[in-house]
Amino acid sequence: MVDFKNQNSKLSQFFAGDLWYNFCHSPVAVVSFSISVLCLLLALFAQLIAPFDIFDLVAIDLMDADLPPPWAGEDGDSRFIMGTDDQGRDIWSGILYGAQISIFVGFTSVIISAIIGIALGLLAGYKGGRIDSFIMRVADIQLSFPAILIALLIDGVMRGLLPREMHDELAIYVLIFAISISGWVQYARTIRGSVMVEKHKEYVQAGQVIGLPSRIIAIRHILPNVLNPIFVIGTIHLASAIITEATLSFLGVGMSPTTPSLGTLIRIGNEYLLSGEWWITLFPGAALVILVLSVNIFGDWLRDALNPKLR
Amino acid sequence: MTLLAAKNISIGFPSRHGMFVAVKDVSFDVQPGEILGVVGESGAGKSTVGNAIISLLEPPGEIISGEVHFKGQRIDNLPSEEKRKMRGRKIGMIFQDPQTSLDPLKTIGQQLVETIDLHLRLGRKGSGQRAIELLEKVGIPEPELRMKHYPHQFSGGMRQRVVIALAICGEPELIIADEPTTALDVSVQKQILDLMRKLCIETNVGMILVTHDMGVIAEITDRVAVMYNSKLMEIGVTKQILGNPQHEYTKSLISAIPRPDKRIERFPLVSYIEEVIEVDQVFDIKDHWLGQSRDFSMHVADDGTILQVKDLCMRFQISNSLLKSKRRYLDAVKDVNFSIKEGETFGIVGESGSGKSTIARMVTGLYTPYSGSVHFLDKEISAISHTPEVLAYRRQMQMVFQDPFSSLNSRMRVMDIVAEPIMFHNLAQNRAETEQIVLDLLKLVGMSDDAYAKYPHQFSGGQRQRISIARALATRPRFLICDEPTSALDVSVQAQILNLLKDLQSELNLTMMFISHDLPVIRQMCDRVAVMQHGKMLELADSEQLFENPQHSYSQHLLSLMPKLDMLPGRSFS
Repeated sequence: MVDFKNQNSKLSQFFAGDLWYNFCHSPVAVVSFSISVLCLLLALFAQLIAPFDIFDLVAIDLMDADLPPPWAGEDGDSRFIMGTDDQGRDIWSGILYGAQISIFVGFTSVIISAIIGIALGLLAGYKGGRIDSFIMRVADIQLSFPAILIALLIDGVMRGLLPREMHDELAIYVLIFAISISGWVQYARTIRGSVMVEKHKEYVQAGQVIGLPSRIIAIRHILPNVLNPIFVIGTIHLASAIITEATLSFLGVGMSPTTPSLGTLIRIGNEYLLSGEWWITLFPGAALVILVLSVNIFGDWLRDALNPKLR
Repeated sequence: MTLLAAKNISIGFPSRHGMFVAVKDVSFDVQPGEILGVVGESGAGKSTVGNAIISLLEPPGEIISGEVHFKGQRIDNLPSEEKRKMRGRKIGMIFQDPQTSLDPLKTIGQQLVETIDLHLRLGRKGSGQRAIELLEKVGIPEPELRMKHYPHQFSGGMRQRVVIALAICGEPELIIADEPTTALDVSVQKQILDLMRKLCIETNVGMILVTHDMGVIAEITDRVAVMYNSKLMEIGVTKQILGNPQHEYTKSLISAIPRPDKRIERFPLVSYIEEVIEVDQVFDIKDHWLGQSRDFSMHVADDGTILQVKDLCMRFQISNSLLKSKRRYLDAVKDVNFSIKEGETFGIVGESGSGKSTIARMVTGLYTPYSGSVHFLDKEISAISHTPEVLAYRRQMQMVFQDPFSSLNSRMRVMDIVAEPIMFHNLAQNRAETEQIVLDLLKLVGMSDDAYAKYPHQFSGGQRQRISIARALATRPRFLICDEPTSALDVSVQAQILNLLKDLQSELNLTMMFISHDLPVIRQMCDRVAVMQHGKMLELADSEQLFENPQHSYSQHLLSLMPKLDMLPGRSFS
């Protein structure tokens, strides 16, 4: 019924499609998406935007330590718009660099989780039988522990295995590994469910009648048909991965104070909160809330928009 | 006095692309005790009319102009609370699928008593009494006992009887039935139609029967309205419309109905349907890729047998247990024997659950038989699976599926769908040759040139089925299995597809196994026919012999249920 003028270009199809239309007509979606993108851009170009390089020890002056924001206290310095922390580092710069690390950890672990989850889900759903039972029981066992506990466990084991002097260097990879291992289950479950529906459809049987091996049927025919929900789960998982990273860092098992993520910044500030230096923890905390909330709201909207049955 | 009158109603669905008008300027009326049929193909707007009358349009749909009068009172502009009170009490509704129109968590009795009490205020006891009477009326044996049962404990036909009981329990004066028998087998369909007819006569209820099936229309309606493309084409007494249609669309629709009484060479060409390019021999099949090297050193037996099936059995496990003796099985196919000769069309007919599709899936290797053998060309192929040698045999056998909406991968372009078997089996020299072959194949099945770059969702059901046939032909098979290839299609499209299959068969010298529940279609297509019931093959005979002189009592029963379409033009004297 709907006649598109340019049917050939995928991009023009997208802009003519329902998703884009719904997006433009939903203020929540537009606002949350804009804030998410703004956060991403600020973090991505932290090196260009931030007034100070927080890794440059020479530029840090201990004399500047614990300065409140200039608009909130008399002894504030106009160079430090959000004040400084206990070592004299600019909080605003810290947030930008910290967000960069947080978002990097979030994105990488989402991608790794998704790859593991999709592969195992496809295998379990298509093969069925014992392979399916095994993979899904492992998933069930893992689900019975909170994700943060598993991440803590992996983190602890890795720290035990690695030599001490490498801890700070490798902390970020250990974090990514821990978060992605704790997150694959939802991808695997979703994919497995969809695969089990798809594999009884006639196009799969048609492939079998042609004589295609199961590997080709699973990857070329079934996989593209079950990927849609992954974008939704991925978006929501991104928010929770960032939170998990922040939690681990806050607990002191994540990023070290020399290369702080948002969680580390909050932890540092937490120690000074009772002595009246609220700005050290408040601003990184607010940044984390804005980032996670906007990504999460956008993810929720995306889920509703792609699955009209939920509305 | 006129029971219901619809005056020039138009129904629209506003959307961001503007108003989509689903029904344009339709007028009709229904008298008490009369059955008015509304017939049309998918997308004609017939169900929308039914829903609009009792205000059950899917939002944001609305009546944009015109009036609906019920016993002289205008009802389309009543407040929604008033409309709600009319539903059930004044106007009852019977839906298509008895599986979903009953609440699975309540007993039949609870559902009936609740509805009766709501409408008639008879109290619990009175309502219960009334419910039992109703169940008796719609022909459910032992109604007191059945009151305590849940919907899943009823068969499809029985469930539809319960739905009818629910529809009439508020003693409505008008019933709207939307495809009430489409989900049912022929034998059950007949009983339900008889029941509906009886109710209309006994209680003087008016009925609007929405259906796509001319057989149903001919069976029980008094008058019929023919809809096409949102408009009313023709309305009048059923006998006159079917026997002497005036409108071009009705004429072509009626000519497309497969005749149960006589085999004809081809269906007459039907105008008024979707665009298909007419091909008269686009290329010489003998010189073409399609006509070449189709044997691969495999030989048909001396007596011409291409497929031989011996003592074929298939059982599915229905309940598992550690103890072997406690496991329970369902025999889907039991001791089936038949053989198919090269070049013939072998039909398998039976109601749902008779095991006909299971046979097809065992022959193609989708299922492994529990016991028995499938001998194809010069090889036994049932026991062995994916060795390269067997692949060559499997390639000689392809299948056309029932549902054109799920049999094509929606993420692949038509080009890639049809090219896949060619590429996988290395049947062409290079990409360019493959593309040329795909274009020829698409032309052969009547698709236009620009189809190859599109995705399946851009096509209608009939066109998708053509693409599906092109894919099946892409391995250059000798043997084609068609599993209900037209049961998801409209009758005019069905005629085209059946014509296409006949043409392809004679051009490519294909052997076909044709599976259907539809007897007239079987008669038009098949040389020999097997009748199946509960997994057993009851009768196997030449098509003409079976239809003229059936031997088995079940075959006789099935044939007696075929809709009598003798009122159609030129049929009574053939």
